[in-house]
Amino acid sequence: MLVIEDLQVELAGQTILNHIDLEIKPGETHVLFGPNGSGKTTLLMTIMGYPQYHVKKGKIFFKGKDITNMPIHERAELGIGMSYQRPPTIHGVKTRQLVQICAKRKQGVEELARRVNFEDFLDRDVNDGFSGGEIKRSELLQLMAQDPDLMLFDEPESGVDMENIALVGKTIAMLLQKDLEEREGNNRPKMQKKLERTKMGLIITHTGYILDYIAADKGQVLYEGYLSCVSNPREILNCISKSGYKECVRCIIGQNS
Amino acid sequence: MHYRAELLEKAKRAINKKAALGPDVDLQEFEKAGVAHKELTDQDLLRLPEEEKKQLIMSGLDPTEEQRSGTFFQMDTKTVYCDVKQKGVEVIPIRVALQEYEWVKDYYWKLVSVDVDKYTASVELNLHDGYVIRALPGTRSVYPIQACLYLGKEGLQQNVHNIIIAEEGSELHIINGCTTSPHLKRGAHLGVTEYYVKKNAKLTFTMIHNWAEDMVVRPRSVARVEEGGLFLNNYICMKPVKSVQMYPTTQLVGENAVARLYSIIVGSPGSEHDVGGRVYLKKPGCRAEIVSRTISNGGKIIARGHLIGEVPEIKAHLECKGLILKGGVIHAIPELEGHAEGVEMSHEAAVGKIAQEQITYLMSRGLSEEEATSTIVRGFLSVDMPGLPYQLKAEIDKAIEASDKDMM
Repeated sequence: MLVIEDLQVELAGQTILNHIDLEIKPGETHVLFGPNGSGKTTLLMTIMGYPQYHVKKGKIFFKGKDITNMPIHERAELGIGMSYQRPPTIHGVKTRQLVQICAKRKQGVEELARRVNFEDFLDRDVNDGFSGGEIKRSELLQLMAQDPDLMLFDEPESGVDMENIALVGKTIAMLLQKDLEEREGNNRPKMQKKLERTKMGLIITHTGYILDYIAADKGQVLYEGYLSCVSNPREILNCISKSGYKECVRCIIGQNS
Repeated sequence: MHYRAELLEKAKRAINKKAALGPDVDLQEFEKAGVAHKELTDQDLLRLPEEEKKQLIMSGLDPTEEQRSGTFFQMDTKTVYCDVKQKGVEVIPIRVALQEYEWVKDYYWKLVSVDVDKYTASVELNLHDGYVIRALPGTRSVYPIQACLYLGKEGLQQNVHNIIIAEEGSELHIINGCTTSPHLKRGAHLGVTEYYVKKNAKLTFTMIHNWAEDMVVRPRSVARVEEGGLFLNNYICMKPVKSVQMYPTTQLVGENAVARLYSIIVGSPGSEHDVGGRVYLKKPGCRAEIVSRTISNGGKIIARGHLIGEVPEIKAHLECKGLILKGGVIHAIPELEGHAEGVEMSHEAAVGKIAQEQITYLMSRGLSEEEATSTIVRGFLSVDMPGLPYQLKAEIDKAIEASDKDMM
């Protein structure tokens, strides 16, 4: 379980997040909406542990441990993983090598790559000249190898063409065990299957396309550093596309006043 | 032997001539007299003390000679082992070659002038040994030839002259390691090398420098590549050394001749490297590429590169990239010189540090900060050297791997 309590975060001396409370239970996937610059990526980077995001107040707990000051790689070892929107290029380091790093000593890099149609890229330098869609598939491949318990996705559908969006969507669903119902050899009742889920997800999306593939449990809206409006993600999306984020703010104001 | 007398005369006149680049070395401080060593058999090679063997292996000389077409091994001033396994390839100590083969004089001091500076002069005046390696026309060396120039005597100035000839249509791969006894501290190595790559021949020459902290090194080399020939030159120096200065020149004299020069240099505290490559492109269709990767851990590195395009329809690129990890200086000096319309020349130079973003990215995949840094540095150094036989590639990876531990 991920628990965030009254979190306040600064980046380069500026407060980006305020009074954030968030709880993701095992098996749950949350979707994070919000306009550009509202602090969505900051929230993900803070959970992952990027040192430039200073936690000024509040705490983050994961699997019962206080991870507020834990270094990034220890969080990764504890089971947190992230799919980046714009990961850096690393010259001379092959994608294969990086996937192997994610997989620790496990075998089967080729097989994993095949599942996201990425075998041809294994011998290319990490993210070097990758298109938007290729970056996403590379990120998902790394997460597949890493197999973390909490996965943070920063706009997984941005820059992905229509042909690949289904692949990306289905892969995320698989990673988050949202496809348990369809997996072979599982004939138990649906509600029971839901209980078997342990993976947690937090997905940033602008378009909501990803919701066609993943039955997200909860939606949240981040606006000017405040989190609001825990609700059904579809409803939130409908509301935003009809009335804009401003309407969501009214909810915040309503809640807080 | 009239020509030798002339060369000696010329050398004498240049014995005090300072080099154009690099700190001046007082050669009087070093001994030049011959050092006695007994000749070795292949079994003796295997029986060398472990720590000596390790030095040889680190410089690319495999004492088992597996996957090698031949071996040349010089200790101090004397060739102690010289063996060739492949037909069509000749490996001859240069002193023997000068006495026994008339043709050698057509190659001896024909590319490098004996009076370039006091170092070339000193090599001629006190020639210890060196090798002539020649691939006969059409011969393809299956495995690389390994050569090692080893310094064991404290305070010695080792004078070496090498000639490498890839005859028409041949293919020759050489690993040349230069190293010292693990106990040696101070010495000098002066090495003249002349490379001849004839029509449609291919030569790869990988030089691994594995010196000691108080070594002074002054190689002087020139390569001449004829029509359709390919010269691949790799240089690796990752161990401390007091001073290395070299600026090897390649002359592409035939149409479609190609030169690729790659170097990997790690500068430790107290080390000074002034290293570069210069390529003249003299005929249409010639191509050249100079790539250097330098890391400073507190040393001083001058990374030079100079491309001279003399005719149209040539293509050349120069790339100098440096990382300053633990202090020190990296000075990249890329030069392009076009002498005709229609030359296509470019360069790319960068000196900086490892991007924090790359480290954190790898950390989020489970690597510690140290592991992440070492992965990135290793990637930075792993230059793709096209056309390299896999044995050579494996040697280079081994060298990077081994020095990785010392570096971090």
